[in-house]
Amino acid sequence: MTALNHLQRLEAESIDILREAVAEAERPVMLYSIGKDSAVMLHLARKAFFPSRPPFPLLHVDTTWKFRAMYALRERMARESGMELLVYRNPEAERLGINPFEHGSATHTDVWKTQGLKQALDRYGFDLAFGGARRDEEKSRAKERVFSFRTAQHRWDPKNQRPELWRLYNTRHGPGESLRVFPLSNWTELDVWQYIRQESIPIVDLYFAAERPVVERDGLLLMVDDERFPLRDGETPRLRSVRFRTLGCYPLTGAIESHADTLPKIIQEMLLARTTERQGRLIDRDVSGSMEKKKTEGYF
Amino acid sequence: MDAQTALIESDIECYLELHRNKSLLRFITCGSVDDGKSTLIGRLLYESKSLLDDQLGALDADSRRYGTQGDALDFALLVDGLSAEREQGITIDVAYRFFATGKRKFIVADTPGHEQYTRNMVTGASTADLAVILVDARKGLLTQTRRHTFLASLVGIRRVVLAVNKLDLVDWSHGVFAGIERAYREFAAQLGIANIVAIPLSALRGDNMTAPSANTPWYHGPSLLQHLEQVEIDSPAEHGPLRLPVQWVNRPDHAFRGFSGRLVGGHVRPGDAVRVLPSGRTSTVGRIVTLDGDLPEAVSGQSVTLTLADEIDVSRGDVICAAGDPAGLADQFEAHVVWMGEEPLLPGRSYLVKLGAATVGASIAAPKYLVDVNTLEHLAAKTLQLNETGVCVLTLDRAVAFDPYAQNRDMGGFIVVDRLSNQTVGAGMLHFALRRSQNIHWQALEVDKTARVRMNGHRPGVLWFTGLSGSGKSTIANIVERRLHALGARTYLLDGDNVRHGLSKDLGFTAADRVENIRRIGEVARLMVDAGLIVLTAFISPFRSERELARGMVEDGEFVEIFVDTPLAVVEQRDPKGLYRKARKGELKNFTGIDSPYEAPEAPELHVDTMQSDPERAADAIIGYLVQRGIIRATN
Repeated sequence: MTALNHLQRLEAESIDILREAVAEAERPVMLYSIGKDSAVMLHLARKAFFPSRPPFPLLHVDTTWKFRAMYALRERMARESGMELLVYRNPEAERLGINPFEHGSATHTDVWKTQGLKQALDRYGFDLAFGGARRDEEKSRAKERVFSFRTAQHRWDPKNQRPELWRLYNTRHGPGESLRVFPLSNWTELDVWQYIRQESIPIVDLYFAAERPVVERDGLLLMVDDERFPLRDGETPRLRSVRFRTLGCYPLTGAIESHADTLPKIIQEMLLARTTERQGRLIDRDVSGSMEKKKTEGYF
Repeated sequence: MDAQTALIESDIECYLELHRNKSLLRFITCGSVDDGKSTLIGRLLYESKSLLDDQLGALDADSRRYGTQGDALDFALLVDGLSAEREQGITIDVAYRFFATGKRKFIVADTPGHEQYTRNMVTGASTADLAVILVDARKGLLTQTRRHTFLASLVGIRRVVLAVNKLDLVDWSHGVFAGIERAYREFAAQLGIANIVAIPLSALRGDNMTAPSANTPWYHGPSLLQHLEQVEIDSPAEHGPLRLPVQWVNRPDHAFRGFSGRLVGGHVRPGDAVRVLPSGRTSTVGRIVTLDGDLPEAVSGQSVTLTLADEIDVSRGDVICAAGDPAGLADQFEAHVVWMGEEPLLPGRSYLVKLGAATVGASIAAPKYLVDVNTLEHLAAKTLQLNETGVCVLTLDRAVAFDPYAQNRDMGGFIVVDRLSNQTVGAGMLHFALRRSQNIHWQALEVDKTARVRMNGHRPGVLWFTGLSGSGKSTIANIVERRLHALGARTYLLDGDNVRHGLSKDLGFTAADRVENIRRIGEVARLMVDAGLIVLTAFISPFRSERELARGMVEDGEFVEIFVDTPLAVVEQRDPKGLYRKARKGELKNFTGIDSPYEAPEAPELHVDTMQSDPERAADAIIGYLVQRGIIRATN
């Protein structure tokens, strides 16, 4: 056998991280957001514990505003993996009917996602949560540990992170405190795509170009995924060949015009494109340092 | 358009196949403040086309707002991710960056130059194959340059690039460059770093970053990126014997029992003979199980699940080794320790050490010597402060499998964790096992503990009273001892009077001395328990970890922690010896409850609330507990 190539190395490292976390946590959970990174993370978990089933549930912190295709894939993957799927919706947000159109992207994200996640972790008493974040996504992510400590209030303190040496992860924490663990820390966007192709991992078809009804608003192409989308005067959804580089709440996720309908074409387009994947997300544009601010408050 | 972009456009399949088979080089950059580390990394990202339009757009905006380069792009801002740092203009933590060229993929750890953040540099270096050490051509070698080189060599980095930066500011002087290179080679030779490549640079202007610069006609070596693409990557462990630390025992049902872990040395095939440490049992490998089917072979770096032909006991923390070349097994080592905690190392305190998948209790003796990182001199020291490194003896509470760090990073590197704060307070590299730990055995005596217990008619134990000064520990302990004596039990009471005047008369009341005092008391109590006695100790013993240390010295069930709980306000008012008054006036330093903390027990065996109970009733409860636990009988 020849030396491992970089994808094999990344896979082995992620599996190592998943096993170490499970061996040391009391009550682990995997945050499952249905995007491509979650898909890869779930696939790695199935590899890490085979022939056992991954010994933890999947948790989807729902906002009720995801694309319909995402909900469909979520149900399918839960069935295929045989894992327990927990869906949590912030009851307060549900009661108030928080949505991105009336309340703005910042409030929508904070109440449904950040507060919802904290509530879910508290309610189930999880002491360790896997997330699919990568260090190449954003500047403050580049400095985060693989095993990232959170206070009992779920806060991240970037100036007081534990040193992380070799592959020796310190998982110790007190009651109420928890760890966020990122098995894909060292993967890049290209690695993720290439691995999805190599392993034939199922992903939401919104990543592939197709004719979809969209309107152009504030410089973003938004897909009209259901009848809740309030059209402004003069806006008429038009069918255009588009696809998505990242997936979130459909009113907050911009599509790109594209004809890339296969994985190699998507990868080709990504490599030749001159913008990063998070650019399609409204939330990161709010303020400079916005991701770091959200993360210290408990966002994933 | 460059060749990579052209290939992506014309033949994406071919590009992907090439990319898939690229190797991976992990390196660190280090240097002093303002040597231009962040600029160098930013430039590498820019030159390798790893920056995209929105990043460049943000960089352009940030450069105008925070930049130090006028209207030009300030590459340092790309790398300095956290807003706190942008405001201060410094890098405060390890940041990881990713880029690829046509030949290789790279992960860069950007590590800080500030002296107080040395722990972050060691962190970044622990996973690196190579170090890029930056020197400002105007300043030459600095204290930090030596420190970083020493730390890189300490964590086993054998390849260094000496990046002599800002050469444009010394008029591209060959003499300046050669002088710095010479001085550096002299220093590095003492550390055994054989592979050094010195490159004259201007990271800001891009000279010798990706291609030879016209400004340095006297330099004939590779550019920085060329060198990083070509340098050999090797790990001695790959060619060594099989090592598989077991992370997780895989038991989906009664029919299957597999051992999951990552190979950190050698390779393995079905049928290979293996030895499991620490048990020493042998077996042969049955299958190498993965979701993609059984493998004919697994190599170093792979995560796998093995089954064994025999039903032997294997658990997390054990190491599956090549039968003919197993790892060592020991519980006492010499190791080089880098201290990373805000609180200094407390020799004798019980910490946790994580080595491979094993976590064990450990104490670290006062350093044999500390290393002055500027001169490499060995200095005498009683402890290690934050960012200090030294050679220490490490004693574990059980034997673990290991290899010397120089042979295998994963089998010889460990972290030190504080039991109370849960912080990672140190990291270390094992040199060798001390012969003592393999040769000292307790003299097996014919009259042993069991024989003494039989004669005494009661079981031995430690009644550990803890609480604030004046809380009533000695009063209650005296009553309990009188009662036990009346019941015919053999007892001994250790308290301040008979310990501080003799056994511990050389100790004061600093945190370190308190730890040592409790350690001595624990050891004496252990011997007395071995002698069959019921030992009562009445000391403030304010630190949880020392009480845990004492608990660990005797067998399970022999240690009874009794928390004599009296509020500070009450003891301060009672103040039988006038000590609180003196402490409040500042005449007594390090007085528990006043200017030194008391860590109340979280789960004591007995909790005596003196506000609810008088000493006689407290003693009744304690005697009742000892009967219930079977240490004494009600009518001995």
